[in-house]
Amino acid sequence: MSALDSLRETFRRDQVFDFMRQGTRPVAPGQLDSGAGKNILYLEDITVSFDGFKALNDLTMYIKTGELRCIIGPNGAGKSTMMDVITGKTRPDSGTCFFGQTLDLTRMSETDIATAGIGRKFQKPTVFPEHTAFENLELAMHGAKGPWHSLFTQLSGEQKNWIEETLYTVGLLEDRNKVAGLLSHGQKQWLEIGMVLMQKPQLLLVDEPIAGMTRQEVDRTGELLQSLAGKHSVVVVEHDMEFIRSIASTVTVLHQGSVLAEGTMEQVQNDPKVIEVYLGE
Amino acid sequence: MRDSTFKSAFNDRTAKTFMAVLFGATLLVTVLNQLFPADSALHVSAYTVTLLGKYLCYALLALALDLVWGYCGILSLGHGAFFALGGYAMGMYLMRQIGDRGVYGNPELPDFMVFLNWSELPWYWHGFDQFWFTALMILLVPGLLAFVFGWLAFRSRVTGVYLSIITQALTYALMLAFFRNELGFGGNNGLTDFKDLLGFSLQSDTTRVGLLIATAVALAGAFILCRWITGSKLGRVVMAVRDAESRARFVGYRTEHYKLWIFTLSAILAGIAGALYVPQVGIINPGEFSPLNSIELVVWVAVGGRATLYGAVIGAILVNYGKTVFTGIMPEAWLFALGGLFVAVTVFLPHGLVGLVAENWGKVKTRFAQNGNASNTTNPAEGDTP
Repeated sequence: MSALDSLRETFRRDQVFDFMRQGTRPVAPGQLDSGAGKNILYLEDITVSFDGFKALNDLTMYIKTGELRCIIGPNGAGKSTMMDVITGKTRPDSGTCFFGQTLDLTRMSETDIATAGIGRKFQKPTVFPEHTAFENLELAMHGAKGPWHSLFTQLSGEQKNWIEETLYTVGLLEDRNKVAGLLSHGQKQWLEIGMVLMQKPQLLLVDEPIAGMTRQEVDRTGELLQSLAGKHSVVVVEHDMEFIRSIASTVTVLHQGSVLAEGTMEQVQNDPKVIEVYLGE
Repeated sequence: MRDSTFKSAFNDRTAKTFMAVLFGATLLVTVLNQLFPADSALHVSAYTVTLLGKYLCYALLALALDLVWGYCGILSLGHGAFFALGGYAMGMYLMRQIGDRGVYGNPELPDFMVFLNWSELPWYWHGFDQFWFTALMILLVPGLLAFVFGWLAFRSRVTGVYLSIITQALTYALMLAFFRNELGFGGNNGLTDFKDLLGFSLQSDTTRVGLLIATAVALAGAFILCRWITGSKLGRVVMAVRDAESRARFVGYRTEHYKLWIFTLSAILAGIAGALYVPQVGIINPGEFSPLNSIELVVWVAVGGRATLYGAVIGAILVNYGKTVFTGIMPEAWLFALGGLFVAVTVFLPHGLVGLVAENWGKVKTRFAQNGNASNTTNPAEGDTP
């Protein structure tokens, strides 16, 4: 964005500055404002292209605070690229991506974004294979992350309890001392969700959480995700329509890098455009 | 949960065993050298004392490399550079201690400067007549170089083979620079003809034994320090960076800061090893920067076993002992033997000698446990049969 553009953006005539409004505290730059009913994530006109192929094409989407949102779409619809843009792994060619109203994600590093409160579970479960389940959660724990701090820090009783609670939540309390590399695929997925939870995120991005899980594990994952919504905002990317139907309140359908439809599962399922590109197959 | 204070690192069993073996060997050699007359069968020669001291310096260097390679996954092929820089700092101090006892008898200038017709001491040689200043430089010069180099490399996310290649280039560039006479470090010949250290003659047996003890203490100290670091959360983060760097980044760690921290510390340890090495072998020259040395160092750690710390120490001592024996018998074949050893270890022993022992020990243990269980379970079965 050029200087002139940003000046125009700042002095838009229809703009009401925060401090002019009654009853709202202005948000300091770098602080997250995520009251109930507000949006927590703003993606506007995002375009990403790889060698001319537009992975995202003018994607505009908002996520509300405390919402559980499911994102579906055929392969290559741009779901993972969208996650990459939000977490700072990929920089968009154009468009804006804000976390709250003041945190410009396109200018923050991956680490800064993680510290600001966005946690991500990858498509392929990535845990620390040589560490135990307990240590994996300890490493992911919210708090100071500098080398000197890490050298001198000791786990407090409170922190231990917190880790154990999370181990319980993700059903790994019995395997706490097992090396993560030896856990089953489903357990790794849960461990990773646990790690994301330890970061105390405002927004959880969950990429294909039930890939390779048994029916029972799928049900438990669904319950887990639903219990997280409300306290956190959760964005789930999934292929399994059955699973989405069982958990979703709002569904967004992506197609060729932009939003095709948005609404409840029922609305989306009856949308002729969606039927044509995706469900009708 | 492991306790990870500095005190617990000092008290744990591995550290205790390590110190017992290290100090036991050092004490034995000291006693045999000092208390038995030279014609006694039990006497250990000054040559052996110095040889052991040299091995311990190598062991300290291997420990430093294990910290970055074994724990953090940074394969540095230029760690010899930090070793040599520490060595040169010590060498400069030893040169200044010669005073007017040199061949040319110049009280101010080292011999090679007189030979080059230099009239005054270059600015960077000032201060090296003081031991405290030298000690500071031994830590600071390798540390600072590693810090700047690492900061540039890790910030640009240079990893894997590319990082190995540029570390190799670093040590090669330094070697070429130190070969030049104009640089003021004695060029091709390096620094040698040392007389004494802190007033003790380097030729006397007592000083040699003293240096051996100092090296053993430094190695033990470094070992405990590394045990403490690898047992702390810092160590766990560093291993996490090694295994899944992008995960560590998404969890909120600035992985480049951790890498830089470990790399710099490792370079400082390597510098200390170099500084202890030089008074024992009596010379430091640009050959120490040669990439070959750094690669040999990698072989020591690989042979011993990565990410155990004591594996690196054992590897360094064994391979160097092998080198001493082998070069005595067939010097021209040594490099082939070394290369063959590296290939063999990489193919057959991915966890090194330590890993081999640990695996077999585990097998023996489980077999015993199974036998124990089997006899326990068969007994009641026997009781059932009439």
